[in-house]
Amino acid sequence: MQPVLELKHITKRFGKDVLANDDVSMEVYPGEVLAILGENGCGKTTLMNMVSGIYYPDAGHIYIKGEEALIRSPRDAYKYNIGMIHQHFKLVDVFSAAENIALGLDKTSGSLKQVTDKVSEISAKYGFNIDPNKKIYDMSVSEKQTVEIIKVLFRGAEILILDEPTAVLTLSEIKRLFEILRNMVADGKSVIIITHKLNEVMEVSDRVAVMRKGKHIATVNTSETTESELTDMMVGRKVDLNIARTEPVDPRPRIEIRNLSLKDEEGGWALKEVNLTACGGEILGIAGIAGSGQRQLLEAVAGLNRPETGEIIFTNPKKNKPVTLFHKKLPQIRRLAAENKLHYPDGKRVNLSGVSDKQLRALIAEEKLLFDDDEIMSLRDKTPLEIRELGVKLSFVPEDRLGMGLVGDMGISGNMMLRSYRKGKSMFLNFKKPKALGEEIIKELEVVTPSVRTPVRRLSGGNLQKVLVGREISSSPKVLMAAYPVRGLDINSSYTIYNLLAKQKSLGTAVIYVGEDLDVLMELCDRIVVMNSGRVSEPLDARSVKKEELGRLMTVSHREGE
Amino acid sequence: MGPFIDFLVDSLGFGATFMYGSTGEIITEKAGHLNLGIPGVMCMGGAGGCLMINLCVKAGFPPFLIVLLGILGSFIMGVLMGLIYSFLTVTLRANQNVTGLALTTFGVGLMKVLMSDKKLVQATTYLVNPKNYFRFPFASRTDNLHTLGVMFFIAVIIAIGAGWLLYHTRTGLNLRSIGENPATADAAGINVIRYKYLATCIGSGISALGGLYYIIDYMCSQEAYLSLEAFGWLSIALVIFVLWKPHITIPGAFIFGVLFSCSSHIPNLLPFIKVTMAAKPLFKMLPYVFTIVVLIISSVRSRRENRPPKSLGISYFREER
Repeated sequence: MQPVLELKHITKRFGKDVLANDDVSMEVYPGEVLAILGENGCGKTTLMNMVSGIYYPDAGHIYIKGEEALIRSPRDAYKYNIGMIHQHFKLVDVFSAAENIALGLDKTSGSLKQVTDKVSEISAKYGFNIDPNKKIYDMSVSEKQTVEIIKVLFRGAEILILDEPTAVLTLSEIKRLFEILRNMVADGKSVIIITHKLNEVMEVSDRVAVMRKGKHIATVNTSETTESELTDMMVGRKVDLNIARTEPVDPRPRIEIRNLSLKDEEGGWALKEVNLTACGGEILGIAGIAGSGQRQLLEAVAGLNRPETGEIIFTNPKKNKPVTLFHKKLPQIRRLAAENKLHYPDGKRVNLSGVSDKQLRALIAEEKLLFDDDEIMSLRDKTPLEIRELGVKLSFVPEDRLGMGLVGDMGISGNMMLRSYRKGKSMFLNFKKPKALGEEIIKELEVVTPSVRTPVRRLSGGNLQKVLVGREISSSPKVLMAAYPVRGLDINSSYTIYNLLAKQKSLGTAVIYVGEDLDVLMELCDRIVVMNSGRVSEPLDARSVKKEELGRLMTVSHREGE
Repeated sequence: MGPFIDFLVDSLGFGATFMYGSTGEIITEKAGHLNLGIPGVMCMGGAGGCLMINLCVKAGFPPFLIVLLGILGSFIMGVLMGLIYSFLTVTLRANQNVTGLALTTFGVGLMKVLMSDKKLVQATTYLVNPKNYFRFPFASRTDNLHTLGVMFFIAVIIAIGAGWLLYHTRTGLNLRSIGENPATADAAGINVIRYKYLATCIGSGISALGGLYYIIDYMCSQEAYLSLEAFGWLSIALVIFVLWKPHITIPGAFIFGVLFSCSSHIPNLLPFIKVTMAAKPLFKMLPYVFTIVVLIISSVRSRRENRPPKSLGISYFREER
């Protein structure tokens, strides 16, 4: 049988270093469901974007029904009867379903009434349940997806590409979608479904193409394979990276998360009953498919969102350590003394009644006041500022460097100041210290920049990340959270970041590292948890865990219980 | 009843100034561009129209041609202003608010230079006859209906036409989708840049007619241009007042006309109320107060259809993600 779509030796690069697709060849036959399986960033969406006209391949050819096709825009793709349903829907909110479908069509498609009629006809044929006059903002996610599918069918698509179509659907909605896909295949259409969920691959596909790190590993018939065989192909063999890892010294719980649940914008659970402990002196790795709740988890700890239930407990290891003015103000210290929580080095209780502020400052400077016990405090429902005022040195390297981490139009010294501008007594800003810190970071981390005043948005991704991580560790944090800190970085910059994290670990910081690359996680971290649909697995020992086990935990479906 | 009817008819005529201004602005905003240069555009439209009429009168053209060329001159001047704005905001992606405000400052200033220049349009003679040409249907009447001229009816036709175009044609659907979500429109194969240019230029052209209408058709006064800028701002307020729906500008403009001019008519209508000169500006504030009230009501009810276009004021750049 002649394949309806054939990809031959497709290669696509982004910039110099990133090879998104490396010599990929595959075929799609009429009347079949082909699943493209792979981890995040393995190039499956890039590959399909080239078929649907979003990108153009650097090398290689695409053949449609045996003839070479040049697909330069989504319009061209429609011409070849290819339709792609993206993960993020392209719909106009205030329009009805029919209006969205009619958008951009030429005169031959007739009036809106005729479009509506044809939509009803398509719905009846394939079993969609949709009201063409309903407004998009009144629709559920699954209805919006239906509109997108009808949109490409309306334009005569014979090859449908669905990018992670089940990510946002409930179990019953997934069942319905699969039924519709089967109806379309029975009608002679071809369906390509991009996914990383093994059970769905087994359920719906006829053949599976597995991709890993931009390469096409193999294409197998679904009926002749097993889930574990697919996992092996997906994650591959373990690669040795030579990241220096020391044994954790005296790890004690620093951050404890208990039963934390958080809702996302759509009302589903972004985090569900998360239990997690991060210890000082170790690196805790969080693995998982992107969007499984990693961002929300870190943001909950950093005080950027409000959990529904649960507790976030921070333990400050202060037992028999001196009180400092860095994290306590004089009235707070007096209150601690009044609550009988401090002692002198000789073991006597501290009584501050009758001690003047000046005498108290002297006592603190001489480190005469010691804590009885570790400080334990709840970080839930506190703003980042409140957390800092509690004396919790918490650093957060967010995923979105220029959006959340740094201000693009300010220089390095200005960005350093974001952490410290509240300090100081007068109303004027002190530029000296941030500038000195900026220069120190440039020197120590080898940041390439013309000056400390150059707007940071002009720096490359690697340098940006060094500036951000440098600032976050400059306050000698007790907890350091880093989300995808090496994303988009070249090898050398990545190792700089790994070494910085490892150094923080040796200083006793609790490091939480969210990463994508399983090889890195297994070599850098001490313990690894896997996040999947907002849930966190039991911690696994990074030194002994099998890569296949992580792969299985990442892709196993949590929906059975719902 | 006489003075009351006069008041209403007068407000109707006066409101047409805003009807032009805001119909043009609605078309522009539906393409996602907030043109705050409308006061400048209206001023320049007035100046362009007067200039053209002056030339035509001097050349001794027939009345029909004077009216037509006057309107055309005003429209073209508006399109030129719209071109400046769209080149800056669509092609160069300059900040829309800053560009618009600059255009207003520029347009108002240039219009004052042109209108006060002795050689160009200072001579009052050109106003005398065209007044009657423009007020053609009712020119000979003695009652207040003679304040409604040709351009009043053109304004109503344009407003109804714009409403029909936006909500009942394929072009309108495409245009609205650009204002809501340009990336979606682009992916659907719509030429976003062309639509934005056309909507901004044609919108500015329509707004510009408001300037000409006010100076020649409604006021027929050499000094009328001095108060034109304020009506530009009122037109932008009217866009919000009518919730971005062109066909509602017709009653909306009438209400604005009533509110804005009621201070001059109250002594005739309700002799027992004394309106001092100092109190007049308070009455002229009323359109803005009503706009705020409408905004509050529509925000509380929060129907998606009554919100401004989603990408209003945001420049579109395809490669940005």
